[in-house]
Amino acid sequence: MNDVMPAGQIGRSLPRVEARAKVTGRAEYIHNLRLPGMLYAKIARSTIPHGRIKRIDASAAAAMPGVHSVVTGEDILKVIPEPYFGPAFHDQPILALGKVRFAGEPVAVVLAEDPKIAETASQQISIDYEELPAVYDEVEALTSTAYVHEALKPAGMFADLKHLAGKRDTNVALDYHLRRGDVDKAFAAADHVFEHVFRTPQQMHTPLEPHCAIADATSAGITVHSSTQTPSSVRVEIARLTGLPENRVRVRTAFLGGGFGAKVYVKMEALAVALSLLARRPVKVALTMEEQFFTISKHGSTFRIKSAVTKDGRITARYCEVIYNGGAYADIGPRVAQKSGFSAAGPYDIEHVAIDSFETYTNRPTAGALRGFGMPQLVWAYECHTDMIARALGLDPVEFRRKNLLRDGLPQATGTVLRDTATDAVLDRIVQRIGWGQPFDRGGGTIRRGRGIAIGMKASISPTTSVATIAVSADGSATLYCGTVDMGQGSTTALAQIAAEALSLDAEAVRVVAPDTDTTPYDMGTLGSRSTFHMGHAVRRAAEEVRGKLAAMAAEAGVPAGTNLPIAEIFRRKYGMQAGTIVGSGSFVPDYVPPNHDTGLTPNATPYWMSGGSGVEVEVDTETGQLRILRLVNVADCGTPINPKIVETQLTGAAVMQLGFTLSEEMVFTDGQLRNPNFADYKIPGIRDMPERLDGEAVASRQESGPYGAKGVGETGTFGVSPAIANAIEDAVGVRITELPITPEAVLRAIRAAAGDPLGDE
Amino acid sequence: MSEVSAAPRTLRFTLNGHAAECTVAPHETLVDVLRDRFALGGPRESCGQGLCGCCTALVNGAAVSGCLYLAAFADGAEIVTVEGLAAGDTLSPVQEAFIEAGAFQCGFCTPGFILMTTQLLKEHSDPSDDQIRHYLSGNLCRCGTYPQIIEAVKLAARKLNAA
Repeated sequence: MNDVMPAGQIGRSLPRVEARAKVTGRAEYIHNLRLPGMLYAKIARSTIPHGRIKRIDASAAAAMPGVHSVVTGEDILKVIPEPYFGPAFHDQPILALGKVRFAGEPVAVVLAEDPKIAETASQQISIDYEELPAVYDEVEALTSTAYVHEALKPAGMFADLKHLAGKRDTNVALDYHLRRGDVDKAFAAADHVFEHVFRTPQQMHTPLEPHCAIADATSAGITVHSSTQTPSSVRVEIARLTGLPENRVRVRTAFLGGGFGAKVYVKMEALAVALSLLARRPVKVALTMEEQFFTISKHGSTFRIKSAVTKDGRITARYCEVIYNGGAYADIGPRVAQKSGFSAAGPYDIEHVAIDSFETYTNRPTAGALRGFGMPQLVWAYECHTDMIARALGLDPVEFRRKNLLRDGLPQATGTVLRDTATDAVLDRIVQRIGWGQPFDRGGGTIRRGRGIAIGMKASISPTTSVATIAVSADGSATLYCGTVDMGQGSTTALAQIAAEALSLDAEAVRVVAPDTDTTPYDMGTLGSRSTFHMGHAVRRAAEEVRGKLAAMAAEAGVPAGTNLPIAEIFRRKYGMQAGTIVGSGSFVPDYVPPNHDTGLTPNATPYWMSGGSGVEVEVDTETGQLRILRLVNVADCGTPINPKIVETQLTGAAVMQLGFTLSEEMVFTDGQLRNPNFADYKIPGIRDMPERLDGEAVASRQESGPYGAKGVGETGTFGVSPAIANAIEDAVGVRITELPITPEAVLRAIRAAAGDPLGDE
Repeated sequence: MSEVSAAPRTLRFTLNGHAAECTVAPHETLVDVLRDRFALGGPRESCGQGLCGCCTALVNGAAVSGCLYLAAFADGAEIVTVEGLAAGDTLSPVQEAFIEAGAFQCGFCTPGFILMTTQLLKEHSDPSDDQIRHYLSGNLCRCGTYPQIIEAVKLAARKLNAA
């Protein structure tokens, strides 16, 4: 474990500050909120994947007792004249206007006094369409003449997307290109060239608290209660849509019943606001689990990767072509394609690198951020590829990685130099904990065992801003105001610990106010594992300002410097009674240099890198393709863990989630219609799907640029799981799976195909 | 076949130790009634298919999925939600164990896991790993906190057996 001050707040595994509220059922979730006079909304959704809306007949629904009104896209125009939203592109209508672009798109809404009435009435809305040709596959989208959008509409938020404005006849929402060295020359001169293609399916976050937003529009302004990870960004977007100043839009949240990226940027909030503006009453838009599948998802992807390797096992060149399936609306997908594009070549020291990363539009439900922002898809491909090369050259997969590892102090593919990146320590710990290279029971007959490892590395978020405020009351107690949303990652606890450390208090003595844009200052969002680092810095700076002001107040009150007088006594000397408040604020904006448009290179792509990896031991039944995970160890470099217990839980939890994405989860479509938007048909991991042994570990490391040496860890545990499992399967039975999920059927098909006895078609 | 009536009926039951009464329509589910009529936030509807366990309540000591269990069946029963486990400020041993083992992250599924564990430990004071997995197989935790939940169940068993 890391060196920590024994009496300090950093490195303390205190239970979550809200633990008691969570075990008594009293923790607040927006899911539980009801307002007086509130109407319930139920969405009627498109039944076709692409088409023009010819007619909407809502008369039967509107006539039902208990129905307040039926709202369509045309009605929205009365209150929001430009009703298109999105963080990267303003391409998504609040309700479909003229066209639908995926089966499941919101077309109309019933407002009713009772949610059951709204649901029944929504089924009475009749919508006629003229169907249009559609495109579903990301590779086909590159060349298809079925265009999802007439023209690209980049938003103003990201300056480097402006050149895309108005571009027509394309399904490519964003293309990112990186060129380092001369890959063509390196490939021509190579001893060996390896090329493979890997795919991942569209998948869903399935937070157990489904998306929920309540809007209350009055003449004084708009209040939105939302299960959002990004209250500040939602406020900015609602202010833009309604034309109100930011101070007339209040966005607040509570604890989130899971987020995982599903709840970043506007989701249901714009619809709730429009409905409340129309009805002049509070309106709740609460999705069902099924509806979440039509709201946001994880990109399916196709990744073609090609490497040049010398005969002694040095990778000299790598080409990566990544095609993401972004679905019908951009959401934050273009950033996924760009930011993950930075790191598509993996944590290896490669002289010549070329990367082409594409975000495509298709007629599927929208894809956005999901715990890793594209990296799990990329690590899946490059770590399978890395293992396949090692095996083809007869090299030990660990030694091959060590030989090519991108070590601290070296420039990453973008040109950004690694600082305090402990990828080598991550690899070493996986090797130790899994017992790599040591003999183990490989099974026999129809039961075979194998081991695999994988490592990955991700850039953090930039450009971005976090602001925090700390108030100290006259009794010496401290309150932290910040917009970081606790969705289970333990940020409330970790940030209380950082504030307490800086103020020389116990973490339990710091109260953390839930995000509310009326009181908590701006924060871009709780995403990309950024809060510990970015908000942690802002909190630390706010605490330092508070300390400075306390010292000044003490001096003013005639208290000698270095006094051990309690803070409450200093307040009393200054104000003559228990009165007064000291407020300090801090902000953090990391340095960033945007990538060069032509080369994709930048000396400063990210304020820090996150490394993580996995080691697994699997058992394969060669008769059935059934897989058992006997052992899974997830190791991460998160700098100094602020709360080691929560960090460990993050790492094992991320492993469990990624096990689902690896072994069972897939959104299955037929002709653009999603067939399995529910837990009966979309299988997420349960307690019986646990590996027999599962461990999480943070390596001893320190991010010098981070608050108290810390950096983020929310996503890191997702990187290595999928490729480590595929690598272990090859180790066990000699077959290679190149597409997720790795179902028993997929394993059996591969085994039978390798044996020259393929299974028939599905 | 008896006559099917859509008429509302009045139920009387015990809710978290107190006498309760309400009038429900035949289609109303237990989770809706607990949330809408009694303003309880512990039972939560998530998957709507009886697969995730977020809506769990104990009916006569047995965990049920409140999203599938018709409220009308609760007539005369003793119903316990997570709100009914603590005695004043004193948490139940299961609740304490979940805190000490760090057995939750977002906490949305936690009431269901705690109620199911309460039933498990009433029926098996020293459960095996397989019994724990069997009893908790109807509860889903998307944050993936299962290793810590298993630890919490074992800790709770030790607490109860020591008491």
